[in-house]
Order: sequence, then C-alpha cells, then structure tokens
Amino acid sequence: MLIQILGMGCAKCQKLEERTRKAAEELKLDCQVEKVKDLQQIMAFGVMVTPALVVDGIVKMAGRVPMIEEIKKLLAK
Amino acid sequence: MFKWMQQLADWLVYSLLNFSKTSRVASAIDFFVFDTVKIFILLTVIVYGITLIRGFFPPERTRRLLAAKKGNRLIGHLLAALLGIVTPFCSCSAVPLFIGFVEAGIPLGVTFTYLVAAPMVNEVALGLLFGLFGWKIALIYVLSGEAIAIISGLLIGRLKMERFIESIAMTTKVGAAAEGERLSWGQRLREAWVFTRDLLKSIWLYVVGGIAVGALMHGWIPTGALAKVAGRGNPFAVLIAVAIGIPLYSNAAGVIPLVSELTRAGVAMGTALAFMMAVTGLSLPEMILLRRVLKPKLLAVFIAIVGMGIVFTGYLFNLIIF
Repeated sequence: MLIQILGMGCAKCQKLEERTRKAAEELKLDCQVEKVKDLQQIMAFGVMVTPALVVDGIVKMAGRVPMIEEIKKLLAK
Repeated sequence: MFKWMQQLADWLVYSLLNFSKTSRVASAIDFFVFDTVKIFILLTVIVYGITLIRGFFPPERTRRLLAAKKGNRLIGHLLAALLGIVTPFCSCSAVPLFIGFVEAGIPLGVTFTYLVAAPMVNEVALGLLFGLFGWKIALIYVLSGEAIAIISGLLIGRLKMERFIESIAMTTKVGAAAEGERLSWGQRLREAWVFTRDLLKSIWLYVVGGIAVGALMHGWIPTGALAKVAGRGNPFAVLIAVAIGIPLYSNAAGVIPLVSELTRAGVAMGTALAFMMAVTGLSLPEMILLRRVLKPKLLAVFIAIVGMGIVFTGYLFNLIIF
C-alpha cells in the first residue's frame, strides 16, 4: 500500500502527514507513507486544493485535514 | 434572540457560583460567558450552513462553472466572488487553484476575483463578526469583501497581463480528478457536521483566548484609549492599519476577537475592518507561493490593487458607519 500526502508545506499538510502516519501505525498497516511536495506531481493527481490524501494512486480526500479516526476509515477501505 | 443566553449566563454567575450582583469581577465573567456562548452558537450555525452549501461546489465543479462563463465577463466575476465565499482557502492551495483555473480557460481577471474573495470572505469570519458585532457589520463585511474581489478582478482583467503568468502555470497539466460520488442528503448533513465539528475543535481555543484577551484589555485599556491615535480623527489610521496587516497572516478566528477589542479601545470600525481584511486577504506566505506562478509585476499589481481596495473601503466605512 502506498500512501501519499500531497502538500506544499503549510501547517495543514504537515498535520495531515502526522495524523496519517499515526493512523497507519495504529492500524498496523504494511505501507509506505510519502509526502509529495512537487507542484507538477500534485496537479497530475487532479488535485487543486491541498492538502490531499492519496492511497494507491486514488485520491481519497482533498481540501481538509480529517481526524485520525476518519483517516483510519479511509485507509481501511 | 439572545435573551435566553443572557439569562443562562446570569444564572450561572449569580445563582450557581453565587457572585454578588455588584461585583465587577462577576459582571466581567457574566459578560464573558454570555459572549462566548452566543458566539459559539452563531459560529456553529453559520459554519454548518455554509459548509453544507459548499458540499455542492467541489473545486472541479467550481472550475467548470467558471469556465463555462468565459464569454460573459461580469457574470463570471460575480460567480467567482460568490463561489469564493463558500470555498475554504489554505494559502498553499493558491497555486494549484490558480493553475487549474488558468488551464480550464478561465479568464485571468475572474481567477483573481476568486483568489481575493476566497480567503477574505469565509464562514468563520462571518460567524465571528455576526457574534461580536451583529449582522449588519457582518453583512457589510461580506458585501465589501465581494466588491473588492470583483473590482480587483475586473481591473486586472482589463490590464491584460496574461503575459505575466509564469510559464510553469501554462505547462503544468491538471490530471483528471476523480468525480466525487453523488452524496445523499443524509451523507451531506453528516459530512457537513463532521467538518464543522472538526473546525470548531481546531479554532475554539483561539476564539476563547481572543475573547479572554479582549476581556482583559477591557479592564486595563480604558474605552477610547486608542481613539486619538487610530480613531476617526487620524487620517492615516487606515493606511497604517492596512500596511501592517498585509504581510501578517492569521485566520479569522485569531484576528477578529482582537479587532473587537481594538474597536472597543477606540479604533474606528472602518479602520478595524480594513485591518482585518488586510490580515486575512493578503499574506506573506501566500505571496511567496504565488510568486511561482505570477511574474513580479503581476504579483505587485495584484497586491497593490487589492491593498488599495481595502484602504478605500476602510475610509468609506469610517465615513458612513454610525
């Protein structure tokens, strides 16, 4: 499972990364979590409002920072 | 409408906690409780309402709606300004949004109208202004924010500065976004609530802190203390307020309670609102990011036009309010 967090460095994106890593830990997922900061790459996902959460190439959420519980649900799907 | 809240606060402070009715500490706490409860209820209602509306306008749809209006300029600006109200804005989204809009063929001016309206006019600002100053001030804020956004956009559009867009904005491809699933009303109501709840969780401390600082200032800084320096008498007040506000950035939750105390200390309402617009509408982080897609001249024009619009609005309000 490849989890990507799209964001160019503002506080919201960092928060999303922290919470996502925690969520993945708590779920004991076998996954790789990476932060995508490059503008071109972010836009290639069709995302216009960062931060965004991408799981295995699919954008699961964009534009807000959900609580850890909600992230867990998104990762589990 | 708020009588029951006043009664609740009174009961809490005088009956439950048994403070004397003449004690100044008691009346300060009474006021604090009343104000806080009132603000949070208003905030919750307004944020929820706007979030619900926003559910119908995800960025892709916004983009499509604006692109469709390419031919008719004024309507495009109006639409962009209105959509700006319901969309949240993180300064780091400014760049992808800008590129996305440009790529969809949305005119430069209309894109700027949206960029100005989105951070300045939002549900948190509305809720807090309503709670602290009443619906009239909240309405004035929205109308002037929209006017500044539309006029700035129209002006920039007229200047035909398309050649000042950095090439990266023209060459970056926006991937096809996955179309959001059709949500049922039940899902919409629930998701709006989740967002509202999370938002309140993240800002409540700022709001309570802001009101508390305000209450404290209220004790130490007598009403009208700043009137000489920043009241209606000082012709430079608005300029200075906006000049200070532009590079600063704070979310509405952080700056509005402060604005409330500034006005109580004697700063003219127009000056205070201008300060608030400058802080939330333009910010150093956003400018630094926008530099990636805007050549310096265009960026400078953007800041100048919006800045002047805010200053003008500040002076206008000082003349007509009260």
